[in-house]
This record gives sequence, C-alpha cells and structure tokens, in this order.
Amino acid sequence: MLWATLIMSLREVRKNALRSFLTMLGIMIGVGAVIAMVTIGEGATQKVRSDVGALGENMLVVSPGAARRGPERTAGNPFQKDDVEAIEREVTGIKALSPTAQSNTTVVVGNQNWPTSVIGVDEGYFEVRGYKIEMGRSFSEVEAASGTPVCIIGKTVRDNLFPGAMPMGQRIRVKQVSCLVVGLLASKGQAAMGGDQDDVVLMPLRAFQRRIAGNNNISSVYLQVEDAQATSSVQAQVEDLLRERRRIQPGAVDDFNVRNMQEIADTMSSVTASMTGLLGGIAAVSLLVGGIGIMNIMLVSVTERTREVGTRLAIGALASEVLLQFLVEAVVLALLGGILGILFGLSLSYAATQSLSLPFVISPGTVAGAFAFSAAVGVIFGYLPARKAARLNPIEALRHE
Amino acid sequence: MAELPRADGGAGDGPDHRTPIVEFRRVEKIYGEGESEVRALDGVDMRIERGEFVSIMGSSGSGKSTAMNMIGCLDVPTSGAYLFRGVNVCDLDQDQRALLRRHFIGFVFQGFNLLARTTALENVELPLIYRRVPAEERKRRALKALDLVGLSSRAGHTSAKLSGGQQQRVAIARALVTEPSLLLADEPTGNLDSARKVEIMELMVQLNREHGITVVMVTHEPDMAEYGTRTIVFRDGKIISGNR
Ligand SMILES: Nc1ncnc2c1ncn2[C@@H]1O[C@H](COP(=O)(O)OP(=O)(O)OP(=O)(O)O)[C@@H](O)[C@H]1O
Ligand SMILES: [Mg+2]
Repeated sequence: MLWATLIMSLREVRKNALRSFLTMLGIMIGVGAVIAMVTIGEGATQKVRSDVGALGENMLVVSPGAARRGPERTAGNPFQKDDVEAIEREVTGIKALSPTAQSNTTVVVGNQNWPTSVIGVDEGYFEVRGYKIEMGRSFSEVEAASGTPVCIIGKTVRDNLFPGAMPMGQRIRVKQVSCLVVGLLASKGQAAMGGDQDDVVLMPLRAFQRRIAGNNNISSVYLQVEDAQATSSVQAQVEDLLRERRRIQPGAVDDFNVRNMQEIADTMSSVTASMTGLLGGIAAVSLLVGGIGIMNIMLVSVTERTREVGTRLAIGALASEVLLQFLVEAVVLALLGGILGILFGLSLSYAATQSLSLPFVISPGTVAGAFAFSAAVGVIFGYLPARKAARLNPIEALRHE
Repeated sequence: MAELPRADGGAGDGPDHRTPIVEFRRVEKIYGEGESEVRALDGVDMRIERGEFVSIMGSSGSGKSTAMNMIGCLDVPTSGAYLFRGVNVCDLDQDQRALLRRHFIGFVFQGFNLLARTTALENVELPLIYRRVPAEERKRRALKALDLVGLSSRAGHTSAKLSGGQQQRVAIARALVTEPSLLLADEPTGNLDSARKVEIMELMVQLNREHGITVVMVTHEPDMAEYGTRTIVFRDGKIISGNR
C-alpha cells in the first residue's frame, strides 16, 4: 500500500511539475545553504588544523618577553644553556626539544643575495618542526659540538641562490662567515599564519652563537609534547620552572611566554565552528520557510482536489489512507527538495572550496542529517493539510465545486 | 485496520443469500434543526433483492440522492435501521463503512468524478489499489473492465481527451472493476446526449443480466427508468409507488 501510495504521489508531483518545483525551491535553498555552510566551514577547519599541524605537531614555543602583544611588550632576558638543561631535566612529557637562536639577514653566494632567516638549532629541532632532509645529511655530532660553520638550506633559499645547480658542497656567506652547505630540507610549504617555511637556513646552534651572534643567548626553545592531552600540563611545568629560575614574584607579569600551537589551532577552529553554527541557524530558518511553503501548497492542493478525495472515500479509501497519501506527497516534495538541495549545496561548496583552496570534505553525517531533516519538514508541515483531507465528509466532498 | 463487517448471526461464511441486499426499516434522515429542519427521508421502508435493476424517480428534492448515499453506506440514518446484506450499517463506524464500499459497492456519479490529468487505466485501477491488488493483476483487470465498456483502445488517454460518454463509461468501468455486488448510479446519463444515454443504459442492463450485479439507478427520465425491472418513486422523502 505504501509503495502504491508512493507511486501515486510521484505521479501527482509530476502532474504539477512547475508548481512542485517551486514548492521544493524553499527546502532546496535551505538544505543547500546548510550543506554549503557546513562543508565550507569543515574545509576551513581542516585547513587550519593541518596548517598548524604542519608548523609542528603538539608544539610549544618558549620565548623571552611578556605574552601580551602590542607596544608595551617587554623584551625580557634571553635564555641561557642552563635554562634549557633545566627544562630537559625537570619537565616530564617532552618528546623532543631544541634551543634556537635566530637572525634575519641576507645570505650571499657569488653575486646572488637572498634575505632569509638563519636559525641556529639542535638536532631536536628537525623533529619538533617536522623538517626532513631531502638531500645531503644532517649535522654531525662533532660539527654540532665544535661549532663548525655548516648549514642546511630550505627549498626557497636553494631556488634563489642556486637556481638549477646542486647546492651541496657549495659555500654561502652569512654575515662575514662562510658556511658549507651539507643538506637540503624537504619542502613544507606555506604555514598557517603566512610565512614560507622553506625560506630558512639552519646551522648548528653553537656555530650560530659563536660566529654570527657573538654571544651565548638562546632566543626561543621549541618543545614537542609526547601526547596532545599533556600539552597544557607541560606548558604549566615549563612556566613554573622558568618563573622560579627567573625569580618572578607571585602576581607579577612573566617576562617570557609559552605559545601553544594546539591552542591556536583550537581557537581558530572554534571560531570557524561558531561561524558554521550561526550560518547553520540562518539556514534552518530558511528550511522553516520552505516547510511553510509546502504546507501552503498542500492546503491549496487539498482544496483543489476535494472532489478527488470524495471520490476516493466513496470508492472505499479509509480516512487514514487519505491522510497517508497527502502526507507522503508532502514528504516526497520535501525529500526531492532536500536531495536537490544537497546536490546544490555540494556543488556550491565545491566551487567555493576550490576557489579558496580549501579541502573539499563531504560530511556524510551532515548529508544524512539534511535528508532526515527535510523528511521531517515534510511530515511536520504536511500533517495539517493531510488531516484536513482525511477529515472531509465524503458526501460534501463529492458535491464540492 | 478496521475489519470487514459480517452479517449478524452469520456462521462466518457470509450472509444468507435470501436476505435482501438493501433493507430500509423506517429510515429517517433529517438535515438541520428547528426552523430550517428538512426531512429528506421520512420513515422509508424499502427492500431491494439481489439481482434487481431498480430505477428511482421523483421530483427534485424528494430525497433520491439522500437515499442513494444511505444505500451506498456514505451516510447513516438519523433514525430507523438500514441493513446492507443483513448488516446494520447504523452500528458501523466510518472505517467499517468504507470497507463495505470497498468490497461490495460501485458508484457511478452524474459528474463522472474521474481524477484529473490521470489516464483512463489509472482511474479504473484506483479501487483495486485500495483492495491491495498487486500491480500486474490490477492492470489486467482494469483493461478487462475497460474492454467491457468498449474503451480498451482509450486506456492511455487522460479524462480531458475523452468525450462525456466515454468519461461516463470509464466511470462505470471503475465502478465494476471490483465486481461489486451493488452498482449505484445517481443520474448517470444526466449530462449525455440521447445516443450516449442508450449506450450507457444498455451497458447497465448487460452488467445486471450477465454479471448478476444488482443495480440501483436514479433518473429523471421515464424512458431511462424503463430499462430497470422496477421503478420506485419518491415524493417528499417518502416512497409513493414501486415498493413491494
Ligand atoms: N447536506 C444537506 N444539508 C441540508 N439539507 C440537505 C442536504 N442534503 C440534502 N438536503 C435536503 O434534503 C432534501 C432531499 O435532497 P436530495 O439531494 O436527496 O434530493 P434529490 O431527490 O436527489 O433531488 P435532485 O433530483 O434535485 O437531485 C432536499 O430538500 C435538500 O435540500
Ligand atoms: Mg440528487
């Protein structure tokens, strides 16, 4: 019976093709908007997550200076070797760690110049930041300990200083120091908050301090936490330890800061999530409007087809069967609108994610939800007209003009 | 789901074949209240036996349609009793009456009441859908019914493309496709020219004679009433002649 009713309803929808389409339009736009919003939002969230992940997984960055941004930012003393050793010794849950010192300077090969960041690092830096060596080798232990001027360069630096040539074994000049290129980093691409991660020159920290900076200062410490859950505990341990070592009074402002990349990622994805929620709410309102459109057309249809209802009742249809018929018709309209809306929303978000170069992720839950929601809209807004049809008196319905 | 009502005291295998198919006992139907009260049926006693072809006549407003609606279990008496195949219809609820119509009664209306923008075949299939007849058998039986009324070649035409007489024949096919015990026709020829009228009446006679369907037909025209085996005349909600 349900099957026959379904066929009858589809026939009815086809008989009034234009009207049916216009009725579906409301649901279609509503569902399409929801799908588009959620899909684009999901893509943006994923993009943020993978970008922040690319900076370094479960990474904390400890730097001198108060956390507050803006003009009053205090400089704070740089860290020293024993600070790093203390962190290594006393903080639990650290997987890898590297002190760094950095200078933004121009490096020279022959008559080629290239302004870039030169960073003095320890072995752990590669692990924390997720840098891989594509060609050549890393620093040897002897080079690291003795401060031999060797370096590993990123792809951007290589493309600009050695276009089409093999950089290994060549020398580059950083400030007054001539540095042997021993390795090439695999490309990591653009970072989340701007910045080309391939535009770097890495050298052993010791060499940087001695030959380029001329002091033993450490400008930042990069940490990788063993487990994402432990990030905030590690952060707290580091803060407590440094506060003690730098003799900061309780209540006073820290003269250093610990940046939590996970936190930044979470904040950014929660922003996109609440945006998605808001836009989803707007879309839900348009679904409601679509539902009212269906109710309106179904009421008109019941009035128009009063004689038909009378005929069906005279032939022996039960009131419940008439109710079912009109309800199924409303659900069919809403579902067709929903399906069109899903297709519409997906193609819209496909176009949008392509042009914003975001990943295009279809969320099956959202699609299923939209489907179920449009069916529910059909049932809810189709019930009243269907009940009106089912309650008709057959004799009066047959006499209806 | 409501159950198909059975005759009182029956052993479960259907009503006694000697019971009249239609029996009115002092049936009254009153519309409105007080000043505007109308006695559409005023204590009518009437029996129609199986296999009869009864014509009902009477002036306008005499209660013919009211009686037909009652016979067809679309309506119930205000007082009195109506026994359809021995079952007292007054005791039944709306769904049970719908089931009686579905299984035993076919209607032909003056205004045809075919479904708009629906083919002749689909119109004829409609009562079978409610009887849960499977699609293939449904189509076969609907085509057979259309063949009986001489319209098998028009099965795929929508109502708008059929003449009045053809539409009425589709309506008759729809009424008889279920092989009802009782065919009710309220002015089935009202909208037709005389050639079409004869065509329809001969079809009704054929259904009555060859298929044993009991026919009750309302008409204003004495020569149409002639086709029946008996004519009952109404006046002011009462039967004035033709009762047995
Ligand atoms: N739903 C109703 N409400 C009030 N009065 C009604 C209703 N239906 C019928 N009547 C009245 O009942 C009386 C009988 O009506 P009915 O339709 O049975 O007449 P009829 O014999 O079929 O007439 P006609 O030949 O014009 O079709 C009329 O006076 C009519 O006005
Ligand atoms: Mg009448």
